[in-house]
Amino acid sequence: MRTGQSRFVRFMLVAGFAFLYLPIISMIIYSFNASRLVTVWDAAHSPTLAWYVELFSNDEILEAAQLSFRVAAISATGAVMLATLAAFALVRYRRFRARALFGLLVTAPMVLPEVITGLSLLLLFVALTQWIGWPAGRGATTITIAHVTFCLAYAVVVIQARLATVDRSLEEAAMDLGARPWKVFWVITLPLILPAIASAWMLSFILSWDDIVITSFVSGPGSTTLPQLVFSKVRLGVSPDINALATLLVGVVSVCVAIAGTVMMRTERRRARDAQIAMGAH
Amino acid sequence: MWNAIQAIRRRLTTQVGRKAVIGIPYGWLLIFFLVPFLIVLKISFSNVVLAMPPVEPILTWGRDQVLQIRVNLSNYTFVFGDRLYVAAFVNSLRVAAVSTLLALLIGYPMAYGIARAQGAWRNILFLLVSLPFFTSFLLRVYAWIGLLGRGGPVNAILMHLGLIQEPIQLLQTDFAVYLGMVYSYLPFMVLPLYSAIEKLDLTLLEAAADLGCRPSKAFFAVTLPLTREGILAGCLLVFIPAVGEYVIPALLGGPDTLMIGRVVWDEFFANRDWPVASALAIVLLLILSVFVLLLQKVQAGEEEPS
Repeated sequence: MRTGQSRFVRFMLVAGFAFLYLPIISMIIYSFNASRLVTVWDAAHSPTLAWYVELFSNDEILEAAQLSFRVAAISATGAVMLATLAAFALVRYRRFRARALFGLLVTAPMVLPEVITGLSLLLLFVALTQWIGWPAGRGATTITIAHVTFCLAYAVVVIQARLATVDRSLEEAAMDLGARPWKVFWVITLPLILPAIASAWMLSFILSWDDIVITSFVSGPGSTTLPQLVFSKVRLGVSPDINALATLLVGVVSVCVAIAGTVMMRTERRRARDAQIAMGAH
Repeated sequence: MWNAIQAIRRRLTTQVGRKAVIGIPYGWLLIFFLVPFLIVLKISFSNVVLAMPPVEPILTWGRDQVLQIRVNLSNYTFVFGDRLYVAAFVNSLRVAAVSTLLALLIGYPMAYGIARAQGAWRNILFLLVSLPFFTSFLLRVYAWIGLLGRGGPVNAILMHLGLIQEPIQLLQTDFAVYLGMVYSYLPFMVLPLYSAIEKLDLTLLEAAADLGCRPSKAFFAVTLPLTREGILAGCLLVFIPAVGEYVIPALLGGPDTLMIGRVVWDEFFANRDWPVASALAIVLLLILSVFVLLLQKVQAGEEEPS
């Protein structure tokens, strides 16, 4: 049995990753291009940071970025808190009334087309305004509620997977020693699922930060998120300052993912070593 | 005695805790996910009026306190009677199906290569496939606008190779939509395939080789059938969101690229016809629910210990 990769598989790996990454790399390169015509490389004046300077002097973009950041941070926090509860319900309470419906409701926002989710949430907000006078208008609040709802699905998947692997005997031991359920959660379970909660938060933050379709339905005049601004700009064609923005975002995300990946790998390794030591001690 | 009281108290708090743990997220999802669908369903049965909201109520209190329900199916007959809407549904399903197939053909060898990579390479490649999940979907689609433009790199390379004499129209074509779909959804295909291939028992392939089976035959006789669930999950994860996709056809497609996500958007924002947009959403939902239930079944099967 050959252990190496066949030439075909190796070719597909290289080609596939080139396909995934060349567009992003080209965006990064063109962000340093002096020419306003994005596709023409102005060799005489490039590379330049002109588009980055323009980006940071554009109040509209800065304001939208600020709103997006705030919405994403609050939505991710809300989604993760609800998702932790939902994951507990799904993993620990195998039987409760309408569990099947609950499971469906939790995962459905992940696979449903965003136009449907966005449309339905907008109609809910309109109806709520009619019935109880809240929300008074559409803006940051309605965007946040919508984002919590669809981020929740992704966060549950991440946390649920982790929670299912937690050794219940640790919790039972704490219970036997007289700890209350709430305390067991804080002292035993939470630290064990913390890596999953952190990655769920990060994933939710990015999903919220990036969302355009649902946001367009539930936002109102005066609350424009960054993706909305970007979308309205790029519909008219390529715009060099968007290349600069993309480069910054890709850079930040890559650094975050690299850090998270390294930390996770290191904890995983330490856990494996600790487990080995513990086994050896017996 | 004291112990018994303690036990009862603990039992009670556990009960309350259990109710809260289930009830809070359940309540949120009922209010912000299930109820909205019922409202969409309701509005899909009503008429357009010039008001805000621009729909006629279907429940009204008539004289003598009689609750009148006016349900009309005209939006649905309109949707199914109009060639444009039907074509949009058919076209969306076709675009999604072809994109899914292309993603599978590209994604399977990739997933295979990652799952069989040695040591640290496997982690790095896995991270590289999941990284696009964390980068902006919108910006990744936008990157193709620059690449596919008339003066863009793709045209320049094709001309350099002598395949074309002058720049051709790549943007705002169906080709660009397929490209954008495969590009955006490829990671959704690779990840479930990866986990299916990784779980594969290698001794089975060794056994096949020992019995004189050629690698290509072993692939079709052993590997492919055993990763069937991963293939199904990956295909559904690409197909379902692709059917209702809005951003890709809006940015890369031409004005005549009919896709249902775009039609719903235009009905809602451009025509302000909420009932027809709702009826379209309900029909789309019914079509997709078949595939969503299938996906749930596949994923439930994976969770069960084999």
